Amino acid sequence: MNGLAAQAGARSGTPESRVLSGQPSLVGETLLEARDIGKRFGGVQALKAVSLTIRRGEIYGLIGPNGAGKTTLFNVFTGLYPRDSGEVIFAGQSLRLESPHIVAAAGIARTFQNIRLFGNMTARENVMVGRHVRTRCGVFGAILRTAGQRAEERAIRGRADDLLRYVGIADRADSLARHLSYGDQRRLEIARALASEPQLLALDEPAAGMNATETAALRTLIEGLRADGLTILLIEHDVKLVLGLCDRVAVLDYGEKIAEDVPEVVRADPRVIEAYLGTGTH
Amino acid sequence: MKGRVLSRREVIGLVAIAAALLALPFVLASVGTAWVRITNFAVLFVLLSLGLNIVVGFAGLLDLGYIAFYAVGAYTYALLASPHFNVHLPFWVILPIGAGLACTAGVILGAPTLRLRGDYLAIVTLGFGEIVRIFMNNLSNPVNITNGPKGITLIDPFRIGDFSFSARSELFGLTFSGPIKYYYLLLVVLLCVIVINLRLQDSRIGRAWVAIREDEIAAKAAGINTRNIKLLAFAMGASFGGIAGGMFSAIQAFVSPESFILNESIMVLAMVVLGGMGNIWGVIAGALLLSFMPEVLRYSVEPMQKALFGRMLVDPEVLRMLIFGFALVLTMRFRPAGLWPETRHRREMSENRR
Amino acid sequence: METLLQQIINGLTTGSVYAVVALGYTMVYGVIQLINFAHGEVVMIGAMVAFGVITGLAGSGLPASMIVAAGVLAAVPACMAIGYSLERVAYRPLRHAPRLAPLITAIGMSIILQHVALLIWGRNPLAFPQIIANPTVSIGLAEISAVQIAIILLSFLMMGGLSWFVYRTRFGIAMRATAENVQVAGLMGINADRVIAATFVIGAALGAVAGVMFGTYYGIAHYTMGFTLGLKAFSAAVLGGIGNLPGAMVGGLLLGLVEALGTGYIGDLTNLCQWPVVDAWLGERCADGAHFILFGSNYQDVFAFVMLILVLVFRPSGLLGERVSERA
Repeated sequence: MNGLAAQAGARSGTPESRVLSGQPSLVGETLLEARDIGKRFGGVQALKAVSLTIRRGEIYGLIGPNGAGKTTLFNVFTGLYPRDSGEVIFAGQSLRLESPHIVAAAGIARTFQNIRLFGNMTARENVMVGRHVRTRCGVFGAILRTAGQRAEERAIRGRADDLLRYVGIADRADSLARHLSYGDQRRLEIARALASEPQLLALDEPAAGMNATETAALRTLIEGLRADGLTILLIEHDVKLVLGLCDRVAVLDYGEKIAEDVPEVVRADPRVIEAYLGTGTH
Repeated sequence: MKGRVLSRREVIGLVAIAAALLALPFVLASVGTAWVRITNFAVLFVLLSLGLNIVVGFAGLLDLGYIAFYAVGAYTYALLASPHFNVHLPFWVILPIGAGLACTAGVILGAPTLRLRGDYLAIVTLGFGEIVRIFMNNLSNPVNITNGPKGITLIDPFRIGDFSFSARSELFGLTFSGPIKYYYLLLVVLLCVIVINLRLQDSRIGRAWVAIREDEIAAKAAGINTRNIKLLAFAMGASFGGIAGGMFSAIQAFVSPESFILNESIMVLAMVVLGGMGNIWGVIAGALLLSFMPEVLRYSVEPMQKALFGRMLVDPEVLRMLIFGFALVLTMRFRPAGLWPETRHRREMSENRR
Repeated sequence: METLLQQIINGLTTGSVYAVVALGYTMVYGVIQLINFAHGEVVMIGAMVAFGVITGLAGSGLPASMIVAAGVLAAVPACMAIGYSLERVAYRPLRHAPRLAPLITAIGMSIILQHVALLIWGRNPLAFPQIIANPTVSIGLAEISAVQIAIILLSFLMMGGLSWFVYRTRFGIAMRATAENVQVAGLMGINADRVIAATFVIGAALGAVAGVMFGTYYGIAHYTMGFTLGLKAFSAAVLGGIGNLPGAMVGGLLLGLVEALGTGYIGDLTNLCQWPVVDAWLGERCADGAHFILFGSNYQDVFAFVMLILVLVFRPSGLLGERVSERA
């Protein structure tokens, strides 16, 4: 997708902002447009014709009460669940959603609500796995250790180290992922996601289970990502974090989008207040 | 790991190991040629376990019919280099064919199964092992392909020009018997397979395998086409099995369905599990340990029982299978990383201590 | 025509046995989403224990039905004990380990059980004593024996009983709740450990009866019989939709029928001499009404496997099941 930044990142000593592959020149254009996404689980309509638009360079928040369909929508966007209806246009093209790896290749990377790392691999190896979609060396290259393969391995490794430094856990590179602290695991998962050079980074409740200090640090990290030109989709339970951090916010309730606007407007929206506080006028 | 210069002590160590491995067959031959043969079969099992290690250890796919791929390789060699069809192709033609056939069988079996949950693969491979055996037993009628339970005899040895691996030859004043020559050949093949395994482990594909083993959903989300990468592991394991089978066929000069029963698959699995799944050096040690065990049992348990009870109560063969069973259960329960845990864990432990 | 009817009767008989064994696989799978690899061995042990009792009582002069009943009564608790220890040794300690781990311990347990049976009962097939006068009843052109009737009836009785148990009793509800979600069931005050253990034990009890039925039907027990039987019953469970009780029953019966009909007709179907074109080409090999049969009845054990593969390719959820591909 954007090989330049990858190559630049592979050399040590480049400014950290170059580690990312965001495209600041395009900020403000539509990156992802979802149209009428529907999803049903058995008798439950988890998503009802949800449409939303994410623009390049923004932090787009997705909030809603428990069971509103946030994670479902997220899993549809990332190819984990097949959708029943609707389509997604990503970076100007219709996004094939049949499998997560295709979505990853298209430029959407994600993290999981309940962190999913490769526990028995080192932190560095976890990030190296994230480079999978952007590299191509196969079995024969590996067996013969061709010059191309060695160069690619060096680049993968260099890039992984850059990303570990970027999220601030370079000193833990050789630790097994399962031995990292909770906060570091979150950071590692973000580094792994960044390794695939996403245009859109989707974070599923990254602050879940974090204390105030960790949340503050996470916030700084996310803001840094935006400053470096990355577009971010953020699902969060912590309404304060979302409203403080996001450029625009969509609110889901019972599988429907009930609001989508800048935080100040959303905060004042009576439907949103009702959904959250359940003033029960219906 | 990479580009590291070996220290002086390591160089000395490696030279010593190499010298010991080169001298070993002559030491063994002085005890009895049978021991060279036993060692050769042990090395074959090391090859097999390294193949299965790719499937079970790296990618975390449980293959319970691995010996079937060994059988495919063995029968391919037997049919294409024996008086049975009066075809005598050279081994360097047949081995790739055998590997290719085993690989094809693996892909045909794996493609529908690998998209499902892991246990389906286990049971399908279990069934496949049984089916291959049924076919080997029955494909003697109406056209005699496999010669049924009697098996195929008089299989050609490996030959390069006039140099036959089964005949005795003199070189540098030393007598090289057939088994000794095969020993050296196996050693070379083993070295290649170890290098291949090490290189794969440390590659993009190897990391993808381990990632799938660790968390398949996360691996997918990280952009890995899990189905293809799993199929790749399965096919590679099968090809290794096919090559080892061809060598087995030539060394033994005889194949029959008897050699490819479920118990053999279980034995290879026990080797991998005991040595530590995914840990190349551990698997080698596990394979050697369990390959020599039957011999040890034969020389210890049999006379011991005869001396104690005057007769055989427990057949060493049964004991061997019981040991495999217990090895699987106890290792998984108490030492899931194997008897010799991977260096990576050790590295991690030492780092924590710092 | 009479062979067809006869094959159907035979198929229904073995199919009933497969169905009962398949219930054991499907119940365990339903609750813990793992295959109980040693289930076939449990069935084998059931047959072996019953064999011991029946042989011992054969000369006692008791009525045959009582002797068989005694065999069943001995086999059931023995198998229940094995089923329980299987869960305790191979599955429970590894419930939170990677999925591979319990599968490996289970296959290890299966090997251990097989070879312990070999130590106790020997390497040779054991012939059940012919104590039952096995009268046959003619129905139309085919015959059905008393043993076949008993097996089919007993199987249906057990399937009915199990369905009642699972769908109508408190414990059955606890079981289904555990299958749905272990954590939530735990929060509702269900002791998941007990439910899972009970599932193994009930499956093993059914397996014990199936083992006795299989042994008396074929008149033979052997320490390796559990392997093939288990593989087939598992195929039946997958065919019906694993985790689904009615599915196991349908799958078992269907597999029995396919196997019986397949084995009965494959020889005729693959007899190349019946096709004129091939006949001419084969020439003398087909002379004098000779046969040129590609696959004979010795491929009996292949059908279940071929069926398993076909189901996995075309309908992995089975006939009555839900989706089984990887879950999130």
